[in-house]
Amino acid sequence: MSAARGGRRVLDGIDLSLADGEVTALLGPSGSGKSSLLRLLNRLADPDEGTVRFHGEDVRGLDPLDLRRRAVLVPQLPAPLPGTVAENLSFGPRLAGRDVPEVVRCLARSGLGDEYAERDASRLSVGEGQRVMLARALALEPEALLLDEPTSALDDDAREGIERTLGEIGLPMVLVTHDRAQAARLAGRIVEIEKGRLA
Amino acid sequence: MSVQLSLGELALSLVLVAVAVAVSLWRRADLEKDLGLAVLRSFLQLTAVGYVIQAIFDSDSLLLVVALLAVMVGVGTWTAQRRARSVPHATFPILIALSLAAASTLGVVLALGVFEATPRYLVPVGGIVIGNAMTAAAVALNRLADEVHAQAPRLEATLALGATSRQAAAPLVTQSLRSGMITLIDQTKTTGIVAFPGIMTGMLLAGADPVDAVRLQLVILWTLLGSVSLSALLALSLGYRGFFTDAHQLRELPEV
Ligand SMILES: Nc1ncnc2c1ncn2[C@@H]1O[C@H](COP(=O)(O)OP(=O)(O)OP(=O)(O)O)[C@@H](O)[C@H]1O
Ligand SMILES: [Mg+2]
Repeated sequence: MSAARGGRRVLDGIDLSLADGEVTALLGPSGSGKSSLLRLLNRLADPDEGTVRFHGEDVRGLDPLDLRRRAVLVPQLPAPLPGTVAENLSFGPRLAGRDVPEVVRCLARSGLGDEYAERDASRLSVGEGQRVMLARALALEPEALLLDEPTSALDDDAREGIERTLGEIGLPMVLVTHDRAQAARLAGRIVEIEKGRLA
Repeated sequence: MSVQLSLGELALSLVLVAVAVAVSLWRRADLEKDLGLAVLRSFLQLTAVGYVIQAIFDSDSLLLVVALLAVMVGVGTWTAQRRARSVPHATFPILIALSLAAASTLGVVLALGVFEATPRYLVPVGGIVIGNAMTAAAVALNRLADEVHAQAPRLEATLALGATSRQAAAPLVTQSLRSGMITLIDQTKTTGIVAFPGIMTGMLLAGADPVDAVRLQLVILWTLLGSVSLSALLALSLGYRGFFTDAHQLRELPEV
């Protein structure tokens, strides 16, 4: 598939299939189109050419809201909603009409203590914010994760904690990263992208 | 009660325009041409409108009143959508907002018997209602566009959690609604202290009893609060959709 942003083609002839249960690392220089590709997978945007399929089905035939709850995106930069961390974690499940998630457990899996639950989500460091983003995604109990550089602002200890969690939950994932070693540690498959094309 | 001004007396007030021209020339503000155009246009437009209103008053036809108000809604829609350029597909929401805000507020004041259903009331009150509704819709939609630009990442993050575009936009719509309404609310709060409102001033000049002038002014201000809130709400409730696709995606925003 191909896609344009701001009138420029940023993805060009991408042909990729991701096996169920597999962790795929997406590696490439800044501006190569990694985030743009993730946006197509949960239908925050549609490609100009080509199709995205989820379990073999054209995503344009699926309910986009349902798709986004099943394949949850963890954004590159923290994007907290107004309110506490706990409210951020409950937001998605509440919209889906589900029970309030186990906030403390979701936080713990992102390496955050339960004292974070009542913190104001807009007053966190970038690294804390990144972990809240992961916890917020996990609160939706997704079938797959789309991770956009989830550890880029973390120290080694925190990064290792996240990597352990990602290994344990065993979900299929697309992991965008700059860190080749991390890709090797976590991913069964490494895909390289450069200037919008698969290398 | 009436004030009479001859054309000669009218021309004398151009002295003050000359002051404005002098200021512009002295400080090289380069506004002389605009000033000339403004004077010419105000004269021609108001004179034309004066004749139209005179004709409508003479005919005493409600159908003509409705036609005139419809033209005002049309011109108001065009003006507001030009001001709200950065809002995609704004024309229809603004048209609905102005029409419904005008129709419902005029309907209510007529039904309550505040005004008689005669051209003498309907034309000026309708004009004020539509003018204020237009400003409120344009201000509210512009604010919405600014908010969407500023908060695009948060909007997309909200959509990514399974929110509909309506749910994602709701906080921004509330902010924009406040923007659309706050000017008139502030004006209403300070009225009579900071500035004399136009209706009252006009009535006093025309020789009306101050108590009557004040009461009419209050009716108008309170009516406007209703129509302005309806207009902003309708414009936003329909207008936010222009920023999203049917698949709850934030559209790529045009450069501003
Ligand atoms: N909102 C936008 N409007 C227009 N162009 C954009 C927008 N976002 C990204 N682009 C362009 O699309 C291209 C790909 O951007 P993308 O964000 O996908 O890169 P990336 O690989 O994720 O980079 P990074 O590692 O820096 O996050 C870049 O050339 C970028 O300038
Ligand atoms: Mg990126």
